[in-house]
Amino acid sequence: MEFTHQLIQQLINGVSLGSIYALIALGYTMVYGIIRLINFAHGDIYMLGAYVGFFATTTFKMPFLPALIMAMAVAAVVGIVIERAAYRPLRQAPKIAVLITAIGVSLLLEYGGMILVTPQPRTFPAVFPAHTYNIGGIIVNNQQIVILAVSIALMVLLTYIVHRTKTGKAMRAVSFDTDAARLMGIDVDRIISITFAIGSGLAAAAGVLVGIYYNSIDPLMGIMPGLKAFVAAVLGGIGIIPGAMLGGIILGVIEALVSGFISSTFRDAAAFAILIVILLFRPSGLLGKNVREKV
Amino acid sequence: MRDLTKRDLLSLAACLVIYAAVQGLITLDVIGPFWQLNIVLICINIILAVSLNLINGFTGQFSIGHAGFMAVGAYLSAVMTVKLQLPFPVAIAAGAVAAGVLGFIIGLPTLRLKGDYLAIATLGLGEIIRITILNIPYVGGASGFMGIPRYTNFTWVFLLMVFTVFVIKNFINSSHGRACISVRENEIAAEAMGVDTTKYKVLAFTLGAAFAGVAGALFSHYFYIAHPASFTFMRSFDILTMVVLGGLGSISGSITGAILLTFISAALASYPEWRMVIYSIALIVLMLYRPQGLFGNKELSLKMFSRVTGGGQRGAA
Repeated sequence: MEFTHQLIQQLINGVSLGSIYALIALGYTMVYGIIRLINFAHGDIYMLGAYVGFFATTTFKMPFLPALIMAMAVAAVVGIVIERAAYRPLRQAPKIAVLITAIGVSLLLEYGGMILVTPQPRTFPAVFPAHTYNIGGIIVNNQQIVILAVSIALMVLLTYIVHRTKTGKAMRAVSFDTDAARLMGIDVDRIISITFAIGSGLAAAAGVLVGIYYNSIDPLMGIMPGLKAFVAAVLGGIGIIPGAMLGGIILGVIEALVSGFISSTFRDAAAFAILIVILLFRPSGLLGKNVREKV
Repeated sequence: MRDLTKRDLLSLAACLVIYAAVQGLITLDVIGPFWQLNIVLICINIILAVSLNLINGFTGQFSIGHAGFMAVGAYLSAVMTVKLQLPFPVAIAAGAVAAGVLGFIIGLPTLRLKGDYLAIATLGLGEIIRITILNIPYVGGASGFMGIPRYTNFTWVFLLMVFTVFVIKNFINSSHGRACISVRENEIAAEAMGVDTTKYKVLAFTLGAAFAGVAGALFSHYFYIAHPASFTFMRSFDILTMVVLGGLGSISGSITGAILLTFISAALASYPEWRMVIYSIALIVLMLYRPQGLFGNKELSLKMFSRVTGGGQRGAA
């Protein structure tokens, strides 16, 4: 009984953590799907979102929803600017050069952020009074419910955009074959910008949610979640949107179980171990299809 | 063949001159402790960059887990000297062998992956190595391995740097090295020509890892401490940046990259808060205007020296 209780408790913690990973992983997967770039700066966009959310709620006294939307909007604009300034000129350059640029952008956001907002961690204000519900010994708080609700809403919205709108169709076309899409009259650069905007917006939402959940934000908070979200994206199959959601949730649950039942110091190692195992046995991810190598 | 030997001897003589000059300046106290430290760091970084270039630039296997192998070398050599009281050269050799063996064990399965997947797998492995070390109380755990004697000095780092560059240069010019380059150029074609691609990929990876172990041993025996925080993926990125900045597939490029980046980082040391910002902007601008790196895949040679006057390059190129 004790064990089942703890198991269910860790599962709940894992799902709320995992939905945050999933939101960040979506941005990774979309950008990778379209321009085959591991956007290392993505984790820092998440940090940026958390800070915008922080200033929106403290300085401008905004309630939760407007603050969330504002964080997403600012991050979307920053995402577009980064893509224009740093990645677009390198479209034809060797891949590694773009990757190094992404690392550069990531460092710039982290340390530029430190100058702007000081390196000290800040306490995220309680946006709504904390409530804990005790359901038969299992503790759920309303923050976890909000995280899950917002994540699900955003994922539904994203699925709608990708599958039901013209822009979404264009995104899928560009990801499938960029050259063919361009020949069909799709403005590829515009679609890439939109992809960055959407991905960054989702990461920012994750940042605000994490701020609410853990109450503490700092300029380097994006590094680890960024890497882990990438693991989640690979786990689900990179470039595949439902894969990122699934990968994020699975990763969150596994992490919660490892820190609950083994040791929290091995939490980060667990994520990377999963990554290696999945890469070795199923490199295309859980939902990916195997691509045959052609000569 | 004779021409090659002659050139090698010339480079060796040049190294001796550089060594004598720098050592002389250190003995005469012209170079203060701050720059002494940075000269040692430059040499360690050259070892790291050249060895990573063997994997990334020459064999074309995109690895970003170099800091992990460096950590193995740093910790194992420290265990050798501190806990087992063995002499420093034995410790360096042990660090190199351990990192090499680990590189072999890790390389064998992971090198089946390609491109970004390999990159992210090596990054993950580097982090796993670090987190594992973090959880071993015998080597100090999260607070680091303290009380390591300072055996590393300029003579040691310079000697091992020249040794590394020499070995890797000759490896690349050997038939094994040519096989590695063929894997980079076109893996399928190389395989069709009878090159055992897996063997050469693993060979390059193992060799690169072993030299990273050497660099780690030198590192921990210079700074008195081996700390898990020194071997995060940020250090791997640093090394990768040096390699890409200099040019993938250019040894002299890696040497220049290592000198340049260590120098920039040292010069900005008095502005700690702006240091990383300037560093990152410099990185972005460099990549935007010269994505193939400073040297591309060309080598700086003595011939080039006679054509282009000036430019104080050092090291055996």
